[in-house]
Amino acid sequence: MHPVRYFKPWRMWRHHDVEKTYDVVIVGGGAHGLAMAYELAKRGVKKVAVLEKSYIGAGGSGRNTTIVRANYRTPEGVAFYKEALRLYEQLAQELDYNLLFSQQGHLTLAHAERAVNVAHERAEVNRLLGVDSRVIYPDEIGRLCPVLDLSDRPAFPIMAALYHPPGGVIRHDAVVWAYARQADRMGVHIHQDTEVTGVVVEDGRVAGVRTSRGDISTRVVVSAVAGWTSEVARMAGVRVPIVTHPLQAFVTEPLKPFLHVILVSATLHVYVSQTDRGEVLIGSEIEPYSSYSQASTLNFLEVTAKHALELLPMLGRVKMMRAWGGLCDVTPDYSPIMGLTDVDGFLLDGGWGTYGFKATPIVGVTMADLIHTGRVPDLIAPFAVSRFWERRLVSEIAAAAVSH
Amino acid sequence: MTFLITCPNCGPREALEFSYGGEITRRAGPGSSSAELTGYLFFRENANGWQTEWWLHRDGCRMWFLAERHTFTNEIRRTYPPGSEPPVDAQAPEGAA
Ligand SMILES: Cc1cc2nc3c(=O)[nH]c(=O)nc-3n(C[C@H](O)[C@H](O)[C@H](O)COP(=O)(O)OP(=O)(O)OC[C@H]3O[C@@H](n4cnc5c(N)ncnc54)[C@H](O)[C@@H]3O)c2cc1C
Ligand SMILES: [Zn+2]
Repeated sequence: MHPVRYFKPWRMWRHHDVEKTYDVVIVGGGAHGLAMAYELAKRGVKKVAVLEKSYIGAGGSGRNTTIVRANYRTPEGVAFYKEALRLYEQLAQELDYNLLFSQQGHLTLAHAERAVNVAHERAEVNRLLGVDSRVIYPDEIGRLCPVLDLSDRPAFPIMAALYHPPGGVIRHDAVVWAYARQADRMGVHIHQDTEVTGVVVEDGRVAGVRTSRGDISTRVVVSAVAGWTSEVARMAGVRVPIVTHPLQAFVTEPLKPFLHVILVSATLHVYVSQTDRGEVLIGSEIEPYSSYSQASTLNFLEVTAKHALELLPMLGRVKMMRAWGGLCDVTPDYSPIMGLTDVDGFLLDGGWGTYGFKATPIVGVTMADLIHTGRVPDLIAPFAVSRFWERRLVSEIAAAAVSH
Repeated sequence: MTFLITCPNCGPREALEFSYGGEITRRAGPGSSSAELTGYLFFRENANGWQTEWWLHRDGCRMWFLAERHTFTNEIRRTYPPGSEPPVDAQAPEGAA
């Protein structure tokens, strides 16, 4: 890139008129949609459009708590997220953008015998598949995180932890912007403020989409709308096993760096990390009722702050700064839904629940391969929506319900 | 959760007192095919708008009842005990007059 052009980009992606025809239309301008568009352009697919009803990154991609890890429970899940982690390790190079990826290590705390057993099971599956993961005990936990309350004062004292050294956090907005900039440079049309209102299906195959900016004809439509997957799938007449739940998070005022690992406690329904700006980032599990509202609630703050204090009593006088919510498209087995559907040319990338951000690079690669070659990549074959009809669920509930 | 739900027995209470039971579904009866059972078990409408759904007054009278809630605004326009008033959008079982 020429240095003068490099330092004077007016915008990282351009505005275009919506054309009448595209080879591939991607619905949803989150990290997933943009990663797919970039990977398609890399494979020489010429006319690709990303349609985003709001601004890019407006959904979960700009609202998540940025945890990237591969210590899942099922062989299918571990193989998939391991590849995502490997791609994330080289993504800043690939996209020529500082993504602030910090692989500080990830601790899943166990406060009960049952949780210790699950940790052992996950460590075994992880190591068998080449993922760095092991069970550690309070002495080593204390060395990694001296501020953690390891005494037997809490109602549920910490007994052990699943330690995953390569787990970390990454700057979510940067991932979105980097993919968008690179996709734009390679000719992808990113259309913001463009809502898809219908999918045109003729004789069982996709013929186009209707949008708030006019109709588009295309043979391939990919739904990459996460929390809104049920709506877009319904437009194509495809049924999905998804319920949309809100998930919230908040940050405190910035503190000096004191927390150098990510802490997750399923028993306390809470997880904590410290951002590069020093803010303590605290999240929880999904709200127990379905909703498309992204509002945050006082009840969440009260309960979650209380639980965070059980782990880190030193946060007692720290002020809360910002809180927000996002939508999670939860599936019955906490695994995603990716690939082909009964409607020819209508592809799904959804069911990302509370854990989809970490999958972004491998989603881009595998979905682009599928569209480009017509063959389902082995890594995502277990995640087709047909698994529910065939009763072949991929249960990640034990590894994904609170640790996102 | 910070909205109110009107229990048919106890009146308006904070949503925290209740447990959510999900959107209404039509139970796959005896003789259903495997596909019908799978659909009933896993597949949902997940409407972004008005939805008829189950709630339990967990910390109160412990009654299961139905509510019509808007899933974007969380506004609730009606609650009623099961059987008292069939929801407008529920289909009658096949063969029923
Ligand atoms: C609070 C919170 C914390 C989380 N923490 C983590 C974490 O630590 N690690 C992790 O891996 N995951 C986490 N997640 C989950 C993660 O955010 C999502 O799974 C992921 O961002 C999904 O990305 P996406 O690109 O598929 O969808 P999104 O980023 O949600 O993008 C979908 C886009 O589609 C657009 N859209 C919707 N309908 C239409 C339409 N009809 N027409 C056009 N556009 C439409 C939306 O405006 C949106 O921008 C978290 C989520 C939340 C809410
Ligand atoms: Zn009651």
